[in-house]
Amino acid sequence: MAKPAPLSEQTTVPATPAERTPGPVLRRVAGPVTWADERVGAAGLGKFFLRKIFPDHWSFLLGEIALYSFIILLITGVYLTIWFKPSMAEVEYEGSYQLLRGLAMSEAYESTLHISFDIRGGLLMRQMHHWSAMLFVASMFAHMLRVFFTGAFRKPRELNWVIGVALLALGTIEGFAGYSLPDDLLSGTGLRFVDGLIRSIPVIGTWAEFFVFGGEFPGTLIISRLYMVHILLIPGLLLALIAAHMALLVYHKHTQYPGPGRTDQNVVGYPLFPVYMAKAGGFFFIVFGVTTLMGAFMQINPLWTYGPYNPAQVTAGSQPDWYMGWVEGAIRIMPGWESHWGSTTWSWNVVVPGVGLMGLLFTLLGVYPWIEAWLTGDKREHHVLERPRTNPTRTAFGVAGITAYIMLMLGGGNDIIATQFRMSLNNISLVLRVAVFVAPVLAFLITKRICIALTRVDQERLLHGSESGIINRSPAGGYSEDHLPISQGEAFTLTSHNEYPVLESEEISPRQAKARRFFYGDNMSKPTRAELEAAAHHADGHDGDHELGDGDHHAVTGSRQPELTGGKD
Amino acid sequence: MSTTEREDRTGLVVRSDDDRYPVDNPGVEHEPPRYTDTDERAGNGAYRFVVTCFGLVPVFAIAFVVIYFAVPKNLFIDLGASHLMAQHVLLGLTLGMAILLVGVGAVQWARLLMSDEEMTEERHSAASSAETRAAAIDIVYQGLEESQLQRRKLIGRSLLGALGILVVPAVVTLADLGPWPTRSVRAQTIERTIWGPGVRLVNDITYKPIRAADLEIGQLVNAEPENLQELHGHEVLVEKAKAAIIVVRMDPNSIKIPESRSSWHVNGILCYSKICTHVGCPISLWEQQTHHLLCPCHQSTFDLGNSGVVVFGPAGRSLPQLPISTDEEGYLIATSDFPVPVGPSYFERDSRNDYEDGDN
Ligand code: HEM
Ligand code: FES
Repeated sequence: MAKPAPLSEQTTVPATPAERTPGPVLRRVAGPVTWADERVGAAGLGKFFLRKIFPDHWSFLLGEIALYSFIILLITGVYLTIWFKPSMAEVEYEGSYQLLRGLAMSEAYESTLHISFDIRGGLLMRQMHHWSAMLFVASMFAHMLRVFFTGAFRKPRELNWVIGVALLALGTIEGFAGYSLPDDLLSGTGLRFVDGLIRSIPVIGTWAEFFVFGGEFPGTLIISRLYMVHILLIPGLLLALIAAHMALLVYHKHTQYPGPGRTDQNVVGYPLFPVYMAKAGGFFFIVFGVTTLMGAFMQINPLWTYGPYNPAQVTAGSQPDWYMGWVEGAIRIMPGWESHWGSTTWSWNVVVPGVGLMGLLFTLLGVYPWIEAWLTGDKREHHVLERPRTNPTRTAFGVAGITAYIMLMLGGGNDIIATQFRMSLNNISLVLRVAVFVAPVLAFLITKRICIALTRVDQERLLHGSESGIINRSPAGGYSEDHLPISQGEAFTLTSHNEYPVLESEEISPRQAKARRFFYGDNMSKPTRAELEAAAHHADGHDGDHELGDGDHHAVTGSRQPELTGGKD
Repeated sequence: MSTTEREDRTGLVVRSDDDRYPVDNPGVEHEPPRYTDTDERAGNGAYRFVVTCFGLVPVFAIAFVVIYFAVPKNLFIDLGASHLMAQHVLLGLTLGMAILLVGVGAVQWARLLMSDEEMTEERHSAASSAETRAAAIDIVYQGLEESQLQRRKLIGRSLLGALGILVVPAVVTLADLGPWPTRSVRAQTIERTIWGPGVRLVNDITYKPIRAADLEIGQLVNAEPENLQELHGHEVLVEKAKAAIIVVRMDPNSIKIPESRSSWHVNGILCYSKICTHVGCPISLWEQQTHHLLCPCHQSTFDLGNSGVVVFGPAGRSLPQLPISTDEEGYLIATSDFPVPVGPSYFERDSRNDYEDGDN
């Protein structure tokens, strides 16, 4: 994007006329395709889908990774169901792992050991399944951040955002349910934790606990119930939601980054057939292949080293999978507040960080598009993505959220930090109790300033061109730097974002005006056509000299008022 | 100024205003041709690369099959630090390479050989046009008319009610998800353990009874009730999850023993629940010097020299103490069940009797 560039002259590859002689494959499929067309209108579908245009950008691959790892999870998961036994009945281990021979354990744990040691390729399937679960949740997170920071959730994509949040929540629960199935010491400890969490819910906690576990912890039912949840209920929901997610994506067409030729009225990119079929299809196999190699070479969840679940034992440093780390952290740094009112007990220490925080995160994420729409009053449709800097307040919100998340993650690893860096565990927790509130505020302020500074850099490039690195000395002894004009393409890219309306307007309430001032009152507004022309003229006249000054600041309170409604009333 | 006006699908006039685009749209920039477009040899090289990728896939797939049948599962590869299961690693390697090469070949084909001409497609607003909306509304009204729903209003309402009530049996059926934790059920389950008067404390691994005289000052033993061995199957886990205890011997002069608990210990041997009052992890880390016991899960720290009060961390209540004594043979026995329910808190728990720092 930052190329100071005369436009490369247009080079078109001469189009070779398409060969119309069908090859052997085409000749062979012609019959079946005709058959299909006569029944389901295959040609019509093909005409609609095959040349659909998708824009290209590496950050669009994140959602694809999520999609592909979900498919890998389905495939490897089906293999695992062939041998796994979701039963808590007690058996004696007789398999080929010597160290556990003769031990009493549940059938679930025994069958997991069986898959790991006695089924050829079983350990590979298990490790691939676990690695792709990590990848699934991680790529959903990354994808969500991409969508957030580029404003891809704005009208008309709010629903797809909400579906995405639901996918993330369900993906996390699905991962937890899977993690609990083998009934080893680590996963049993995780279940004990969930038992404590459910119990802590005011009023209904004990009932929920008895209903979920079928009685007292651990009971005999929880593994088979979680199995149903893990292989039927949540995958079904995920599948339905992913289908809806993709359907909406096709309907809205993919967003695109700003660039020459890209507007809200078009989509620029490559066609599904052949380019995206090869690229996206190929990328699926790359993700699949890499997951397989990870499954081969990187050990994950070696549960034979933990032993069967025993409620009186715990492995030192027991940790949940990383995506639960922030909840774990919140639970750890929470002060031990508990109220004893009459004959009742209210465990704020567990319910607030455990149940409340997760609810809060997903609710906030879910409603964010509407919060922002209210703050800005923006009802327009958006198909060109924003660069994070052009929306400083949103970007600052995002970074503040990430900061809070990191603070909680640090809390989740406080014992590891304490032993690795020889610090006092208690002090780490005490510091984090404050940092989890203070650090996000600092991150917000700093990020917002950085974004605004970056938009000023853009402004500089627009009005004065790019620095050439050539310093001139005038006869009088002064120094100045030559500036080269930037390309029209870059200038278009830097100025194609939408702006918000002026702040002073009779139509909005004072509260709304305040909200808007907060959200975009500090934004730099981009130069007008007249200003750009004047600057270009100025550059001609003065040989591109330029001294830095802040004469280029434009308050948003200017008189220009872009059209704000989407045009559909 | 280049303000343009045009009609969109709905017939509304859209002003694409100059302020949004102070710079004229230069149109899509075309990428300069790739090396593989201009250089015949580079193009052929890319072609060979793609075909080689695809061509290697069967090689790896066949290797996978051979390894599956030929490599025994108890063969190990020793690489100094790591001890790899040969069959597992080789199966993963061959399968992974076979799958990966399909992908690498396809992506390189698209990147290096397929047309890299970017194309533009029109985009339309997500909303339907004004006419479509009007037509849809007409259809709805016509359908309402034909169904007589508006004239015979009770049909619609009673149908809604009928469908709504069907949720009730579905939900009620879930009432048997588990036993109901009523007061009496709670008293028989989460508020009770198998400890009782005269039950011996036994080592949790060897199940040998513990003699008071054998414990040294500073020593900690994980223990269970002797009668745990009489249980079978899942009952063992359920009871173990509540009955697990730790037995510690401390110098009676260096600890605080409140009046009300003066008969609960045997010469500085005290016995506490091993189940954390936070969310129920078994507590395990013992600091002899400070008499602190640390839970490995979220680091709640309890002072065993002060009736188990919380000195740090997220736990909200003291560790329950089990009153103990010795039998005539000198073995440690419980004198009753825990006076308060063990384990994590729950709503109906009456926590007024739990020990708080400073109680007597
Ligand atoms: C199972 C999990 C998910 C899968 C398989 C998935 C897949 C995808 C794919 C392949 C795309 C198109 C390419 C791209 O923009 O990356 C997409 C678009 C989108 N996703 Fe997801 N996604 C998932 C989760 C999420 C989450 C967690 C969110 C946000 C909370 C989200 C919100 C969106 C939105 C708003 C779009 C449209 C964005 C645009 O057109 O640029 N998705 N999704
Ligand atoms: S379970 Fe012991 S501190 Fe949380």
